Amino acid sequence: MIGLIGRKIGMTQVFDKDGKRITVTVVQAGPCGVVHRKTVEKHGYDAVQLGYEEVTEKKLNKPKIGHLKKHNSPLYRYLKEFRLKEYKDIEEGEVFDVSMFVENEIIEITGKSKGKGFTGVMKRHGFHGFKATHGVHESYRGPGSIGQCATPARVFKGKKLPGHKGVEQISIFNVKVVKVDIEKNLILVKGAVPGHRNSIIRLRKEM
Amino acid sequence: MDIIHEIGKEQLRTDHPDFNVGDTVKIHYRIKEGSKERIQIFQGIIIRKRGAQISKTFTVRKISNGIGVERIFPTHSPLIKQIDVVRFGRVRRAKLFYLRKAKGKAARVKEKKRY
Repeated sequence: MIGLIGRKIGMTQVFDKDGKRITVTVVQAGPCGVVHRKTVEKHGYDAVQLGYEEVTEKKLNKPKIGHLKKHNSPLYRYLKEFRLKEYKDIEEGEVFDVSMFVENEIIEITGKSKGKGFTGVMKRHGFHGFKATHGVHESYRGPGSIGQCATPARVFKGKKLPGHKGVEQISIFNVKVVKVDIEKNLILVKGAVPGHRNSIIRLRKEM
Repeated sequence: MDIIHEIGKEQLRTDHPDFNVGDTVKIHYRIKEGSKERIQIFQGIIIRKRGAQISKTFTVRKISNGIGVERIFPTHSPLIKQIDVVRFGRVRRAKLFYLRKAKGKAARVKEKKRY
């Protein structure tokens, strides 16, 4: 699996060749340079660490600058690791851009979802709540019973209850690439992508 | 947002005539049936325009056999072959949803005189 780091720009629509509207998410991705190449001999597994968005030295902290300088890499704001299933002939310093993706290709996208705050069980876990009528009183969106009485005399761990939702890593699979614009480093994918506008996402493909 | 507006710019249609809410229009719409293609004409009053750039749409309302029918067309759809403005309407609001409830004389739109 190798891919690119990118930024979600937003959603819009385009017409396909049959004249149908397709909802697309616009992603600005790459160019991403290989900062660090991890190998089985040295690190125990094969991976590449990619960098995205070059910045000045002022914007980064010293440990990061030290790491980047050690590998003679340009200064990147974002670093992400892409695990390789088998050995690939990729070296440090190589640069990938959106030309690695082609139209109609199926890819995977990982991002961080929008924060929803403290939510109830209906929104958080898809519980059905209670009926609006038929004698239900004071409880329309509650979780119902959360356990028994004297045995076990406690609530089981992992019980689905209200709490914080969102801001977690979400991966979506079978995402279709609608269009690739190499000049502007843009890639249009069909449908929605996790995260808010300008959030950092990862696009991956089998190679 | 600028990047978003650049998307699909080459798909924008510039060949449509000017039409506004209240106008009576004839939409020539391409319909595919198997391998055959034919043109269907939908004539009615525009009751709404919404959206921007490539996502722009408009709604056309007509009375078909006594039943109100509304159809939403994407303004920049390549399936629209042609738009004819049959009659310019004089209206005082941007959305003509009141036509849905209006009956008889109230359901008319005055013609705009163009000199």
